[in-house]
Amino acid sequence: MAALTPVELHYHVNKLLSQYVECIDDDRLEEWPDFFVEDCLYQVVSRENADRGLPTAAMYCDSRGMLADRVVALRHANIYARHYYRHILSNVDVKGVQDGAIVVHSNYLVLQTLVEGDTKVFSAGKYLDRIVSTADGLRFARRVVVFDTYRIPNLLVTPL
Amino acid sequence: MNAIRDPALGHLAWPAAGGSRVPFGVFTDPAVYELEQQRLFRGESWSFVALEAEIPNSGDYKTTFVGDSPVVISRAEDGSLHAYVNRCAHRGAAICRELRGNVQNHLCVYHQWAYDLKGNLIGVPFRRGLNGQGGMPADFDMKQHGLQKLRVQALAGLVFATFSESVEPLEDYLGPMPRQAIERIMSRPIKVLGDQRQFVAGNWKLYAENTRDPYHASLLHLFHCTFGLYRSSQKGVSVMDAKHRHSMLTAMRGTDDGKLEDYQDTRTYNADFVLSDPSLLAGRQEFDDGVTLVILAVFPNLVVQQISNTLAVRQIIPRGVDKFELVWTQFGYADDDADMDLIRNKQGNLIGPAGLVSMEDGEAVEIVHRSIIRDQDKSSYIAMGGEQAKDAQHLVTEGSIIGFWEYYREIMGWAA
Ligand code: FES
Ligand SMILES: [Fe+2]
Repeated sequence: MAALTPVELHYHVNKLLSQYVECIDDDRLEEWPDFFVEDCLYQVVSRENADRGLPTAAMYCDSRGMLADRVVALRHANIYARHYYRHILSNVDVKGVQDGAIVVHSNYLVLQTLVEGDTKVFSAGKYLDRIVSTADGLRFARRVVVFDTYRIPNLLVTPL
Repeated sequence: MNAIRDPALGHLAWPAAGGSRVPFGVFTDPAVYELEQQRLFRGESWSFVALEAEIPNSGDYKTTFVGDSPVVISRAEDGSLHAYVNRCAHRGAAICRELRGNVQNHLCVYHQWAYDLKGNLIGVPFRRGLNGQGGMPADFDMKQHGLQKLRVQALAGLVFATFSESVEPLEDYLGPMPRQAIERIMSRPIKVLGDQRQFVAGNWKLYAENTRDPYHASLLHLFHCTFGLYRSSQKGVSVMDAKHRHSMLTAMRGTDDGKLEDYQDTRTYNADFVLSDPSLLAGRQEFDDGVTLVILAVFPNLVVQQISNTLAVRQIIPRGVDKFELVWTQFGYADDDADMDLIRNKQGNLIGPAGLVSMEDGEAVEIVHRSIIRDQDKSSYIAMGGEQAKDAQHLVTEGSIIGFWEYYREIMGWAA
């Protein structure tokens, strides 16, 4: 990591972020936990709570196992309308390196398409990431999703 | 055919006496929705509006709704609670435009009429005119132009408001069963952990049914059932207050040994499903009575819940005949230690719009609402447990739903 130029760093971070959204949008959710280190934190929290410093999260997973459990539950347990996501990612900003992790902020828009074929804005928000270098490449140590769209249309089952 | 007392409802008939057949029109008819706002949400009922812990200090306020009427809940300098319609007495602008905040007084942005924390008018710009010109009429009396006030009352940290001058005091409105259930959960000071907001495309009463329905809970929510958080074969009760408007269902985890074969033919139980990180369900026993699940439905707009170690109030806000908002306010106890904080954070995965055991309820509402729109005179069939509004010491019943409908018919003006 230290050996990378800022431009190379930006390139690798962008690659990770792009592959992450493509994995979800292509519905390869079984691979989704692999973007994280084992001892990770993935938290989906409303802007309303984040701004008040309150902990209530829509999803709170502090291990890769909990991410995998979310996927198993949505494949085999939960009942919901079939849908697709399309993430639009923008404003990727590599803030710097802190305590051995690359700090990255970015914006997202998630469009949701239901079986009838209509597409709606489902969620708008921001990713606050800490990314680390591992033997397998860059991975998320921490990914906090702060969603502006805090009145969730019906339910949130597919991760953002 | 039953006599129908009210001509406004005359076009919609109930196919039978009681609450076990419900014509779908009650969920889809705009005229029914309008009458509910008058007779029910602005009638003889108390609506839940806040936790006291959300507005602990002088000047704290919260904006919310009673039915679909916007209201402000405020705490005054002397610690008293107040509720008023969020609508300026001048020309009707909203007084408070944030979800919550702290102010010394409320100032309408439009022409800056000022109100104190109790909703009294205390200032009108240019009241006596400028340079001898304009100004309010000589007989203008500030006391006559305060905000429209509601009665407000708190019980065990839960704040309720009503438009009615005549409804009984809150303790009596709730009755012993709901009061004890609330006091059990609110037994010591709480801390608010945050809100979740869910917008459901369906009539609010489909959710009122859902929260009085122990039958669905282990059949719709596979996650629940598989991990034994709730099964109909557990020890539990489904009980109502004397008027059948409020109801509570409880269950005790770990009391259903050997009963799992009952689920072998259903979609619901999946023995192959194991958690790779079981810490999600690790928790503590917080209540001596062994009850691990409580869903208390208080008529018309509140659910108080304990699901394992998650505690929450859910406020139902109708937003038109085919939409409602559900606001979950999650809380813990003020003296929770760091481990307990983590337990509540992790179990938070179970509830709310992304909840592993609760997300399906919004879905159930929507799939009903979409399917009934063209058949207002057809009706549902509610009979599990004997087609009667009866308490049960088990969970294989729809008795509380029938009780809800009987009370609803009466308050709305359909003959029983
Ligand atoms: S509408 Fe509020 S001051 Fe005029
Ligand atoms: Fe449910």
